[in-house]
Amino acid sequence: MIVVFGDPVSTELARTLDLAGYAWKGVSSWEGAVDARPATGWAGAVIDLTVDAEAAWAFVRSLRKGDSDPARTLVLVPGGQLADLELRDDLFDDFCLAPFHPSELEARMRHLMAATVTVAARSDLVVYDDLALNLETYQASISDRPLDLTYMEYELLKFLAQNPGKVFTREMLLSRVWGYEYYGGARTVDVHVRRLRAKLGEEHADLIQTVRSVGYRFGQSRWGV
Amino acid sequence: MRDQQCDYVLKTAAERGVRMVRLWFTDVLGNLKSFAISQNELENALSDGMTFDGSSIDGFSRVQESDVLAIPDPDTFQILPWGDKSSTEARVFCDIHHLDGTPFDGDPRQVLRRQVQSLRSDGLSFYIAPDIEFFYFAPPVTGERPVPLDAGGYFDLTTRDATGDLRKQTIRTLEQLGIPVEYSFHEDSPSQQEIDLRHDDALIMADAVMTFRLVVREVAAQHGVYATFMPKPLEGVQGSGMHTHMSLFRGDDNAFYDPNDPYNLSPLAKSFMAGLLRHAAEITAITNPTVNSYKRLVPGFEAPVHVSWARNNRSGLIRVPIPKRGNPSATRLEYRSPDPSCNPYLAFAMLLAAGMRGVREGYELPGEADANLFELGDRELSRLGIGQLPQSLSDSLRVMEESDLAREALGEHIFEWFLRNKRREWRDYKTHVSQFEIDRYLGSL
Repeated sequence: MIVVFGDPVSTELARTLDLAGYAWKGVSSWEGAVDARPATGWAGAVIDLTVDAEAAWAFVRSLRKGDSDPARTLVLVPGGQLADLELRDDLFDDFCLAPFHPSELEARMRHLMAATVTVAARSDLVVYDDLALNLETYQASISDRPLDLTYMEYELLKFLAQNPGKVFTREMLLSRVWGYEYYGGARTVDVHVRRLRAKLGEEHADLIQTVRSVGYRFGQSRWGV
Repeated sequence: MRDQQCDYVLKTAAERGVRMVRLWFTDVLGNLKSFAISQNELENALSDGMTFDGSSIDGFSRVQESDVLAIPDPDTFQILPWGDKSSTEARVFCDIHHLDGTPFDGDPRQVLRRQVQSLRSDGLSFYIAPDIEFFYFAPPVTGERPVPLDAGGYFDLTTRDATGDLRKQTIRTLEQLGIPVEYSFHEDSPSQQEIDLRHDDALIMADAVMTFRLVVREVAAQHGVYATFMPKPLEGVQGSGMHTHMSLFRGDDNAFYDPNDPYNLSPLAKSFMAGLLRHAAEITAITNPTVNSYKRLVPGFEAPVHVSWARNNRSGLIRVPIPKRGNPSATRLEYRSPDPSCNPYLAFAMLLAAGMRGVREGYELPGEADANLFELGDRELSRLGIGQLPQSLSDSLRVMEESDLAREALGEHIFEWFLRNKRREWRDYKTHVSQFEIDRYLGSL
């Protein structure tokens, strides 16, 4: 059974899935997906980003974090929103441009569902210098000392440590780490970075660097400066 | 979001072998309260809350129903960096609800939450940075005056500053708890300290102040000394205040900043400040809630006495600090009367309510008072339209009692309970015969 997020699921999408012979269930919220989840779990997920991208990304995020994480997730993305895919590689396995061509979507679905291991085994460990994050247990440590983080501090550090050397604007961090549902604007990022630096301790606080008038960078820049 | 946070908390508690989780909340007087649950109960607590009898908590008592529900705020779950390594403990702040799930009106955290949320309709966020002062003393002996640990003074860095190590360890502990410190130093009076926290969202900051007071006392106790937030523990030297820096942000922009204004203050900042000034007396019982608070608010000890504002005048109630390098995001107001004996949830809520009343009703900001107000006579002050803060707890309560603003912001329950409780405190004080009177009158009358 495939879970399809769309509010509502477009007739075009419904017809394509039906013709391709997939059993599927349309939902418009995370709660809906939890309630309708078959005992064996979802075999795959198709997420339509065309109507309400914010709600759809929030859904994908929940899906990836929930226990019922389907191994195969495809997002339908309008051409104008391709940039939204950037830095969200961990959230989906394949994508298809919307409006889609039915035979393309069908071919992609077939490929995605047929592969035995569709997702390259996501590593459970992120290591950078003295910092280690275990994504399975949510535990972080620095120089073998456990770091006791709140959930959002952990999520922010994880995101940064997975993308070392890259400069992020605060808006980018807000949308990728918090999702859109968060109230408080980019200042939120600043206060979380400060708390993280405090917890990392003086000797490691510069793991997260402020890039003046741009945002933040984790670790050394790609040019070694 | 809450599901993921709870999941994170449960996994962390299991991984880190947390034996006990302390559920923290605050009574109306600003005391931290706590009860502990085992790790096995945590999942249940996160989903349904924990019932407890609130009737003996100050300000929680109600006649008909005494059971209330503590619902943990998973974003505040934090392993405590002290205590026995073999039995790790964690804390989580709670919101208090009625058994039917509605917010409990005796819960100070929800008073602030309500104020902060009503700000969202204006698209604004309230940021706070407190400068907290306190004293270290040798363990108290009943009936004796407190004994300072050193004779150090402002910014001292000598062996006279016996409290430097205490301060250092306190800061390290605070930082482990995610409470960043901006400045810290030996203050003016013997073994008096100041630690300034970096600004954060008002609700998180109120939680941080509660944690701060515990950490300071905890570290002191580990060293066999005593820390106090009593506003004026020693006669003749400065007392302890909690100067409160405030700003409002609209998204990424400081809503108090205006590059085209001679003061760099926006109209919003000015009417907010006008609101603070006009309602200052009404909120003083909350920001300065003890009999002792008013022994700090006297001339000559860098504490405010007059209701005025200025850019660089430390004798007024509100100071508008000049930001470093004209940094717009550092534009803020420093409200100087609060002391660290206050309930931070209620104090921050009242400051916000007073300021926003000024904004919503478009109050006009009075002129800057840049003279040293302590040198002006009463007639000069009244010509300038500068009033005084209440002179005693009794005065404060009398003004608060008439205040619609306080009643509305605190809610009927806390408003009534607070006045009742504090009037009793004043009555107890009034009947006390002090050493001052014995020394002064016994022989001569």
